[in-house]
Amino acid sequence: MKVRLTFWRVVFLAIMALGLYSTYVRYLRGLGAVSNMTDQFPWGFWIGFDCLCGVMLAAGGFCIVGAVYLFNVESLHSVVRPAVLTAFLGYLLFIVGLLFDLGRPWFIWHQLIYMNSHSVMFEVGFCVMTYTTVLFFEFLPNVLERLNWKAPVKWIHRIYPILIVLGILLSTLHQSSLGSLYLIMPSKLHPFWYSPALPFFFFGSAVAVGLAMTIFESTQSAKALGRHLELPVLVRLGGALLIALWVNALLRFEDYFHRGLLRQILRPSYEAYFLWLELSLSFVIPIALLSFKKVRLSPNGLYLASVISLFGFITNRLNVSLIGFETYVGHHYMPKWTEFSVTLMIIAMGFALFRVAVQYLPIFPKDDMVHVPSPAPLAVPMGQPVLEHAGN
Amino acid sequence: MSKSLLYDSTLCIGCKQCEQACATQNNLPYNDSIAEEEFQSAHKLTTVLTRNDKFMRRLCMHCGDPACASVCPVGAFHKTKEGPVVYDVWKCIGCRYCMAACPFSQPKYEWGSLNPRVRKCIMCPDRVTAGKQTACAEICPTGATKFGERDDLVREAQDRLRQNPSNYLPRIYGLHEVGGTSILILAAVKPEEFGYPPSEKLGETPLPEYTGRVMERVPDFIPVWSLVLGGIYWISHRRTEVAAAEAAEKKNGGTR
Repeated sequence: MKVRLTFWRVVFLAIMALGLYSTYVRYLRGLGAVSNMTDQFPWGFWIGFDCLCGVMLAAGGFCIVGAVYLFNVESLHSVVRPAVLTAFLGYLLFIVGLLFDLGRPWFIWHQLIYMNSHSVMFEVGFCVMTYTTVLFFEFLPNVLERLNWKAPVKWIHRIYPILIVLGILLSTLHQSSLGSLYLIMPSKLHPFWYSPALPFFFFGSAVAVGLAMTIFESTQSAKALGRHLELPVLVRLGGALLIALWVNALLRFEDYFHRGLLRQILRPSYEAYFLWLELSLSFVIPIALLSFKKVRLSPNGLYLASVISLFGFITNRLNVSLIGFETYVGHHYMPKWTEFSVTLMIIAMGFALFRVAVQYLPIFPKDDMVHVPSPAPLAVPMGQPVLEHAGN
Repeated sequence: MSKSLLYDSTLCIGCKQCEQACATQNNLPYNDSIAEEEFQSAHKLTTVLTRNDKFMRRLCMHCGDPACASVCPVGAFHKTKEGPVVYDVWKCIGCRYCMAACPFSQPKYEWGSLNPRVRKCIMCPDRVTAGKQTACAEICPTGATKFGERDDLVREAQDRLRQNPSNYLPRIYGLHEVGGTSILILAAVKPEEFGYPPSEKLGETPLPEYTGRVMERVPDFIPVWSLVLGGIYWISHRRTEVAAAEAAEKKNGGTR
């Protein structure tokens, strides 16, 4: 088999090469050499993006599983497997990112023996560990089916209700706890982002992001794999996304109103610019777009609104974790290129693994994988049921 | 009983002997160029700052209810009953949450190390448990840094404020900040001018309570939320089952 050198493969190789160099710097010269983190900025881009955004972007797994298996939204069945795959990869890569950021990653297992139950970080760590295991079992049938092992698939189906409930429980806990991490810093984090409601915001935005991310990845993989785009699925997700965005926006408004900050957030300031950027990308623009029925029914419109809101929520996480501390610290933090390159390498690994998985595993319905030349984008294939209901 | 340090900046002459004694005690290098560094780091756990002939010492405040101890996922920090907040390096995984959470930004990191530790003043715990005073208090030639029981030191600070009100700002920094710290500061100029966080920003609530309010709900939340989720699952699947059964019944003409 001859591997052709396409543009994206060259980009991928370049990213991997730079990333490996940064990995070498990280582990042989230390955190100080690889990053611009300082005693004043002990948490940098890796916490802000790889951890906070990474976990948030993997929220599609529990959102879609919840919708399909908890609320019986049958029409979303066909996106369960890609969403679970994205979540599983997301959490694995989150752990990879953590191994870069932790000063003593070889002691990461200490979490299991020196448990400090008062620590939010411990709760997050523990939930992420267990949830990754749950995702592993939710993902496993893909591999087993491919290998044609019928018995273990049946066992997993039998415990499926437990996996589903456990997965959603753990996701609720750690998605919100990532916000709780910052509750202990009232004097350091700027009031625009410090709020007693942080855990609610983090959970609420994770749900919105989960929906947006599923629209994004369905569209993206349809393009990349020449699949049919399942428009009714996307339309449904888009409607849910609009509601989720409204709920989030109202929560944020209520919080600013309650804390008497409405006037302050409208006054121009360094923080205000970042807040405006965040709020317009995560709420104003996507809500405005999705309010048009025309946009809600068009694949391009849904894709655009989702991607904009994703950027908005990424801005939110970076504001909470980085921008919000700059006034307290008294200077700016700009990640070093090696920090970016490690993150890029991890993202590239994610895309590559997703690509390999959809190629070799029954992630998308089978009849769909026949390479139809891409035009005819609006054809609607029957979504095959992905997992039988437990007990049947 | 809880030991504390009272630092009276009006008595301080900026000789920096405390810096040197601290370095010796913690096996850290100390020389003229380190003496000139007016900021703390992994190799300088306490520093004496100078602004217009006024001095101010900075060191870990040894909070009564320390944020670092509460946030550490592996419990590498704890407040001893004698007063010092100490660090067990062998537990540390290097997440640096302690650094992010500390309201006084006291924990510092060995950024250049391949097996980095968090460093901060640990209030000479070996000396304190042995009944001795801290290295800095012992060497201080003017008594600016004084070691003793917290209650006694608070009383003494209040006496000094009463006897020489013109010498001091009328407050003891550390008495109530974040619920009270084991370092008490008397000063003629605001500690805030030397980089200490303003009292009104810190508040008098111990910081762990902010997370405690959320964390204490988790044990109740887990069973309740599991039941709710399990209930929803059961109901929605029961519905499909019933619908399927009814459809089958119709087909079979009412007999089952």
